[in-house]
Amino acid sequence: MTRVVVPHPFSAFSHEALTDAGENGFKGKERVPLKTCLLVDDSRVIRKVARRILEELGFEIAEASDGLEALAWCRAAMPDAILLDWNMPVMNGLEFLRTLRSEPGGDHPKVVFCTVESHPDRIREALAAGATEYIMKPFDGDIIAAKFAEAGLT
Amino acid sequence: MTPEDIQLVVALCKARAGLKIDATKTYLMESRLAPLARREGYNSIEELIAGLKQRREEPLIWALVEAMTLNDTSFFRDKALFAQLRDEILPTLSRMRGPEPIRLWSAACATGQEAYSLAILAEEAEGLEAGARIEIYGSDISERCLEKAQAGVYTSFEVQRGLPIRQLVRHFEKVEENWRLSPRIRQRVRWRRINLAADLTAVGRFDVILCRNVLGSLDESIRRRVLESLAAALPADGFMLIEPEASPQDLTDAFRPISGRPGLFARNPSYRVAA
Repeated sequence: MTRVVVPHPFSAFSHEALTDAGENGFKGKERVPLKTCLLVDDSRVIRKVARRILEELGFEIAEASDGLEALAWCRAAMPDAILLDWNMPVMNGLEFLRTLRSEPGGDHPKVVFCTVESHPDRIREALAAGATEYIMKPFDGDIIAAKFAEAGLT
Repeated sequence: MTPEDIQLVVALCKARAGLKIDATKTYLMESRLAPLARREGYNSIEELIAGLKQRREEPLIWALVEAMTLNDTSFFRDKALFAQLRDEILPTLSRMRGPEPIRLWSAACATGQEAYSLAILAEEAEGLEAGARIEIYGSDISERCLEKAQAGVYTSFEVQRGLPIRQLVRHFEKVEENWRLSPRIRQRVRWRRINLAADLTAVGRFDVILCRNVLGSLDESIRRRVLESLAAALPADGFMLIEPEASPQDLTDAFRPISGRPGLFARNPSYRVAA
């Protein structure tokens, strides 16, 4: 995968979207853009599996492998949805979410955790930090579809 | 499986439970019967069928019929219908019934997710009259399914299909890798073994009946009878929730669809229950 230095994560409509950027850079005038989803997971395999499922659900996808990288993507262009792992190097999912929610426009994305963490206290912690929905790994396409529908994303 | 074995299974399922089994789907049949054969101590499906023919034991026949039933269900399947139950149907019934209990029946509940969805709904419903009482019943033909339903323990996969995460942490506790409903929710549901293809005259009266998992798997000759038996258990102002693809209005005039609400039916006022 090739990456540019200053990322615009959602390449398919980046040019027209940037020339006509609304506050979050996604509002192209000519057409209704696809909903965008940022996949944040340090496992490339998980990102690959989730990308395939979410592309089928009609999302345009960008990927980040830790919370800090995810913040950089969000500051460049706020996505509509974030599928978020918890345990990652550099910055974990919970720290990322708390930071995101405190930033301008950071209340826009629906954030769906997707993690092996499944203790009810952890889930409550995630919800308190601003998570919209929560997936316990292992997951499959049905679960992602159900949870994204639950979050009002599809 | 030999053609004779297949015909025996098809005939038993139809006679005992009104089930329509596609005799051409032998793979499906074998995938259901192989675990049963193992459980009952037979080395193969052939031996299981031979044992069945030889002894004709009722418990084994029922175990076979049960193994052939569909158990596909999930929490809050069809969110719009459940929202309507919560926001419109239950408040309306609570005004009409006063202190009399409102009785909800998940007929053919399989492993219980639909009945527990009703229990969660009843627990969270707002806008009910003070003192309103909601009773929830779940029934299925399969003892094994009812045992699982009664235990109220579901896998992580099962709780993630249809159940919002906030309701999971509110109403379930984690038990090892699984999730168990709180005693409060479990105690709200009463379970009974009911064969919908049998005589239902003594089943009682229910204000709302959900029958959304089974009609498609019943033989056509049985489907109408089941629908009319359920109509007889429903008061004139009751509601029936049926899988929309079953088109009950094509089979009987007992129900009329409520427009704009696929799957929701009322008793047809002109329909008279046969004595």
